[in-house]
Amino acid sequence: MSGDLQRMRYSIESVRAREEKLGAVMSAMTAVATLLALLSVVMFLGFLIFLGGDWLANAQSATSGVDQPVKSNFEVLLWGGAELAVSGGVFPAIVGTIVLTLVMTVIVSPLGIVVALYLTEYAGTGWHTRLLRIGIQNMAAIPSIIYGVFGLAFFVYVIGGRLDNLFFAGNLPNPTFGAPGLLWASLTLAILTLPTVIVATEEGLLRLPLALREGSRALGATRSETIFRVVLPAATPSIMTGIILAVARAAGEVAPLMLVGVVRYAPTLPVSVEAPFIHLEQKFMHLGFFVYDLTMHAPGSEGRVGIVAASGLLLVLVIATLNLAALLLRLRLRRTFLRTGFE
Amino acid sequence: MDHREALIAASTNRSNPSEAAPGIEVKGLSLTYPEEPNALTDINLSIPGGEVTAVIGPSGCGKSTLLRCFNRMNDMLEGCSYSGSIILNGLDVLDPATDVTALRRRVGMVFQQPNPFPMSIYENVAYGPRIGGVRRRRELDEVVESALRLAALWDEVKDQMNRNAIVLSLGQQQRLVIARAIAVRPEVLLMDEPASSLDPISTLRIEELIYELKQSYTIVIVTHNMQQAARVSDRTAFLNQGRVVEYDSTDKIFTNPAERATEDYITGRYG
Ligand SMILES: Nc1ncnc2c1ncn2[C@@H]1O[C@H](COP(=O)(O)OP(=O)(O)O)[C@@H](O)[C@H]1O
Ligand SMILES: [Mg+2]
Repeated sequence: MSGDLQRMRYSIESVRAREEKLGAVMSAMTAVATLLALLSVVMFLGFLIFLGGDWLANAQSATSGVDQPVKSNFEVLLWGGAELAVSGGVFPAIVGTIVLTLVMTVIVSPLGIVVALYLTEYAGTGWHTRLLRIGIQNMAAIPSIIYGVFGLAFFVYVIGGRLDNLFFAGNLPNPTFGAPGLLWASLTLAILTLPTVIVATEEGLLRLPLALREGSRALGATRSETIFRVVLPAATPSIMTGIILAVARAAGEVAPLMLVGVVRYAPTLPVSVEAPFIHLEQKFMHLGFFVYDLTMHAPGSEGRVGIVAASGLLLVLVIATLNLAALLLRLRLRRTFLRTGFE
Repeated sequence: MDHREALIAASTNRSNPSEAAPGIEVKGLSLTYPEEPNALTDINLSIPGGEVTAVIGPSGCGKSTLLRCFNRMNDMLEGCSYSGSIILNGLDVLDPATDVTALRRRVGMVFQQPNPFPMSIYENVAYGPRIGGVRRRRELDEVVESALRLAALWDEVKDQMNRNAIVLSLGQQQRLVIARAIAVRPEVLLMDEPASSLDPISTLRIEELIYELKQSYTIVIVTHNMQQAARVSDRTAFLNQGRVVEYDSTDKIFTNPAERATEDYITGRYG
């Protein structure tokens, strides 16, 4: 009897010791991994800032003629020039990236919210709802280039071609919307980021306590009044999170865009000061593609690293700014829903 | 009309505040959930108007379920079915043809956990009237103010109407939710353990409030607190396992109950 007890106690102690050892190893590994991750981020940014900043600080002197004013590397990068070996500068590419992201956001936000509302509030819990949900979750696993192919085939050729036949027949055979452009690129990115917004919104909606809905229904509000006046506003922080994640993902995509509207050089910006202000049918430039293009075409091997690092740095800055803008918006909204406990 | 009567008149649909709120007749009410076929069995209660009726009983005996029949909140649950009848001032509550949203505007409800909406104090109280179609700002202002006054919260929040209701203390939140229910001008107020998540002082304030409100509303309150039932109610129904064991005046129930089970329960001898 006491032998059994002894053995049991022994085995419990050995398990506990093993667990403690495992715990120590795990926390050490986590610390190392965190350190490595931080280190690589610091090194990556440091590399961009060091090389890119160095190149930006220099002036472009060798190739310009004697009578020409010396252009700073910064100006060259911004507006383009022979030195860059690519036609447009980084400025139209930045504008293109921002406009693309904004149009994408305007499209994906309402779409994602409506789908999430349908799934959580109206679709029920049947097998087709589950199937739809699984499908949406798996959309995130599709390689982004496939979205580009889909965008080109469906948006550009099918929808764009149809639009041209219906409304812009006078311009044919020159395409108006039947060719890659800002609208189709934005739509493609919107489809690409749709699951992100849907999933985040759904999580936000499902996390709201039942008491909130019951409180509204008990006051004589209908189901839709409850959804639109109480549930949706209370889920805004989660929805904003989803939109931020969508922006973060969209701002970094390049591959699919090359098929649906981004070009090496666009003679005009996709936005203008006169009506119609935004040119949805135009092709446009994009920072990600600009970096790729520079890398492939910049002159000489020493100059190249500097230029590429400088434009890479700008890409990171623009994406960070877009994210920051979304984040600030979210913070503002959160203050409105201060300490709701619904997040 | 004194000040208080004016308040009541502003917060009810009755032009004459001394006119009593309507009573509720429950006949042969049974209710089944998919997993709980005998949630309520053959409930018969005659709840008088303008009084406080307490529903007591052990946890899981069906108190909340019974309360949620009066405003058909159980309709929101899938697979829940009921039979019998509940008559409120001539209105057949359980009739499928009854307009549920209109019913809920006559029968307000306060829940166990304060559940203010994550919006401003003003918007919380104005929510019901807005849903009911009140658009004019002045009218809304008046309704909000009189409801908050009647709920004894006005003095505490009148300078912070635009603050988010979430910043209020739990006790204030519960009074806000009561004001929110009052603002719809109901005839009946259902309260499901309204003080169970509150501290003793807030509980006392809620009890005082209930006492004040019974002049204007028919109140049905669920509570697991015997002293509370004894303090605030005129009549008490003791429920057990989905059945009414005893229903009588609160005095009778607490001093000289007819049933042994009732006595065991209120003296704490219950399993
Ligand atoms: N939504 C529901 N679905 C299924 N069963 C429920 C539901 N709500 C309550 N019940 C069951 O009905 C019985 C009564 O519950 P309830 O009315 O909440 O009791 P009380 O409020 O007296 O504690 C319990 O057995 C409970 O498990
Ligand atoms: Mg209950």
